[in-house]
Amino acid sequence: MSFLSHLINGISLGSIYAIIALGYTMVYGIAKMLNFAHGDVIMVGAYVCFFALNAFGLPPVVSILLAMLVCTVLGIIIERLAYKPLRAAPSLAVLITAIGVSYFLQNGALILWSASPKVFPTIFEGTIRLFDGQLTIGLTTLITIAACIVIMVGLTLFTGKTKMGKAMRACSEDKDAAILMGINVNRTISVTFAIGSGLAAIAGVLLCSAYPLLQPTTGSMPGIKAFTAAVFGGIGSIPGAFLGGILLGIIEIFAKAYISTELSDAIVFLVLILVLLIKPAGLLGKKTVVKV
Amino acid sequence: MERIKKFHLGKTRREKLITFGLVLVFFGFIEILQATGNLSNLLKGQLVPICAYVVMALSLNLTVGILGELSLGHAGFVSIGAFTGIVIAQVLRPAIESNGLLLLIALAGGGIAAGLIGFLIGIPVLRLRGDYLAIVTLAFGEIIKSLINNLYIGLDSKGLHFSFINDNLRLLEDGKKILSGPLGANGLPRISSFIGGILLVLFTLYFLYRLLGSRLGRAILAMRDNAIAAESVGINITRYKLTAFTMSAFIAGMAGTLFALSFSSVNASKFNVDMSILILVFVVLGGLGNLRGSIIAAGLLTVLPELLRSLRDYRMLAYSVILIAIMLVTNNQILVHWWTQRKKDLKGLFTRLRKSKQGGEG
Amino acid sequence: MERLVPTPSLGVIPERDSDKPLILDIHGLGIDFGGLHAVEDFTLLIGRTEIAGLIGPNGAGKTTVFNLITSVYQPTRGVILFDGYDTRGKRPDEVCRMGIARTFQNIRLFKDMSVLDNVLVGMHNHIPYSMLSAFLHLPSYHRKEKEARDKAMDLLGIFDMQNMAKWQAGSLPYGAQRRLEIVRALATEPKLLLLDEPAAGMNPAETAELMENIRSIRDRFGIAILLIEHDMSLVMGICEGIAVLNYGKIIAKGSPEQIKNNPTVIEAYLGKQEA
Repeated sequence: MSFLSHLINGISLGSIYAIIALGYTMVYGIAKMLNFAHGDVIMVGAYVCFFALNAFGLPPVVSILLAMLVCTVLGIIIERLAYKPLRAAPSLAVLITAIGVSYFLQNGALILWSASPKVFPTIFEGTIRLFDGQLTIGLTTLITIAACIVIMVGLTLFTGKTKMGKAMRACSEDKDAAILMGINVNRTISVTFAIGSGLAAIAGVLLCSAYPLLQPTTGSMPGIKAFTAAVFGGIGSIPGAFLGGILLGIIEIFAKAYISTELSDAIVFLVLILVLLIKPAGLLGKKTVVKV
Repeated sequence: MERIKKFHLGKTRREKLITFGLVLVFFGFIEILQATGNLSNLLKGQLVPICAYVVMALSLNLTVGILGELSLGHAGFVSIGAFTGIVIAQVLRPAIESNGLLLLIALAGGGIAAGLIGFLIGIPVLRLRGDYLAIVTLAFGEIIKSLINNLYIGLDSKGLHFSFINDNLRLLEDGKKILSGPLGANGLPRISSFIGGILLVLFTLYFLYRLLGSRLGRAILAMRDNAIAAESVGINITRYKLTAFTMSAFIAGMAGTLFALSFSSVNASKFNVDMSILILVFVVLGGLGNLRGSIIAAGLLTVLPELLRSLRDYRMLAYSVILIAIMLVTNNQILVHWWTQRKKDLKGLFTRLRKSKQGGEG
Repeated sequence: MERLVPTPSLGVIPERDSDKPLILDIHGLGIDFGGLHAVEDFTLLIGRTEIAGLIGPNGAGKTTVFNLITSVYQPTRGVILFDGYDTRGKRPDEVCRMGIARTFQNIRLFKDMSVLDNVLVGMHNHIPYSMLSAFLHLPSYHRKEKEARDKAMDLLGIFDMQNMAKWQAGSLPYGAQRRLEIVRALATEPKLLLLDEPAAGMNPAETAELMENIRSIRDRFGIAILLIEHDMSLVMGICEGIAVLNYGKIIAKGSPEQIKNNPTVIEAYLGKQEA
């Protein structure tokens, strides 16, 4: 029964990774850049929600929406100010800038909200007992998994059916051709950042509901792991982010439960390295050929 | 990137001498301060770390600036060098009286260990490109931190004892712990000296300049410039990438040894992503591929926050803004173009001045 | 123009090379890109000192053939024998060390390095000193570096480019960049030189000069040259044997005269003529 419980916890953690991984994978697919700061947008979202709930006493739904709004705007601003001027720059320059943005958010949060951890309030209270009470599942766990599924289905429909979604796919295939077809690439990239950042806010709230300690560095590790998940599933692929996230969550929880808590991060990173070495394009990714 | 373009293989003799001179002048200046008793205790404690950070920045510049591959796990190599150096120093301390000799052996050991790990990691990792390489080096840095954080090493009359995750060293009564997992290494011999640090900086500079002046250095720069073309003229890309990466790890390891042996206690958590990023900031700020820039940036940014304690909270914030600003400015085509034009104008002006002085038409 | 002689596989090579082993012997070469036969059943023989041309309409697969010969791509089918050795499974740098050098259609210089350094990088595998002597600046280091520099300047002399030695390669005019690529390729001491559109972007006078240069390179170094070119005056002027490629397949082979009058070639270039 503990196996089943670990599995469910793993899927739940994996759902959070999957939602974060979506942000990475969509931005990578379209802007061909690793948005290192994505993890820190999560942290900002969680702080906004925390203050909305605690300081202003807003209802949970409003708080989450507010967090999404702030993160969406933040994502668009970051893209405009830091990344857009570097569209034609070498990837090393873009990555260093992204690292700069990440540290800016972390240290800005440190100065604004101090390093001392805040205890995130419980939003979803209650548990469900199964098998005569042998298996207890928290409501947060279930809501996390449900949220992930809803987001996945929603995004798949969005990219498949809507005009903007199709524009996004076109941009990720071939930016120059997309421009020639009359697609506004800059706007499409902005929308991608907006969606990714809005999702990051949801991920932040879910993350802090499951692990209720909130610090300026809260987002960085999950961010890196979610990127791992995106790479695992095949970067640029939405189902890949889902699959990679869930698998990584399960691996992490099992490593914690059956191998060692101290080494669980090391094991997760080892998985990343192995995946990249054995299947560099990820589980569902496409191989690209460099033209000579 | 304009900063890369400014870097040329045929560094003139004068340029190199200026860089060496800079280090020696700094050394002389500090020695004079020390002799006249004007050196504050605060700065005194920073002297060896400054040298260590300078060497770390120089070594990362080899990977990021010269080879052109972004590594976010440099602290991992520093860490391996640090703890290897600690073990060597602790084991050999009873046998070797001279601190200088002991430091030299520890440095060599730390460098070789880090170089070896760099080599082993490099074999699989250097096949990856750009962002993937960056994230995998970050992962390796974290793994190294995790492993050392769970490593216990003890020494008794029977020799070295190792244990992992749990403290099962079972030392004899005469034994002592060298490394105790997350608590790190304590009671270290502080054998790193300022002169030792300066010598390591000079050695590193000499090593890098000689590397760049050789056919190997040319091959590395060519690879960064255009990998496909480099391959087409018979350069084995994998091999030279690995060579440069291993050398970079080797130097970082020595810096780690120097760093660790300047403190009485050190733990593995110190060598985290933040440290890797800090070294990267030094390199970017000093200019990718610019060795003198790395030295100045690492030196200043290590000392300044210590001197301006009130600003310490804002240090990392300022660094992040600097990183972004440098990238935006150096990659701004308009600004770069403007600057190249101004430089040309200046050059033309000087040439004309010189000619008019000589009174001839040259 | 020297007479060409047929060989058993229907190829032709210059008579003076006929009693020497072939420098390049390609048989049934093919590569697929996701179902598409980009190159199919490609066969080509080149004599030791031959100047050969590979022509064909855009998208015929000419550069793909170069990428196959230099191991940038691995063939799906067929064999490439270079100087009698199979190049299959070799990396591009290994193929270069075997003796094949190339230039690129879209110029690939080391833009940030000086012209001289570009040539020195080309000589990389022919500058024999140990890393120890490089670190200690032993006499052998200075001697070998000096020798290499002298030789690099000598090679730049082929195109009268000695005065540009210190220029940044990326700042050279277009034509000079193409010439520098040829010099860099020659610096690797090849037995076979592949030139991908060497005259692209050059005016007729420059092209005529380039023709002379190519011929004198062949005479001076005694190597074989295979070139892709759209400028027919150049191809017809210096190539001894020509192969025509269309849709990944060889449609004609022979001397310039034979190619000029071949109806299949004319059709491939001009389309079918309505009677």
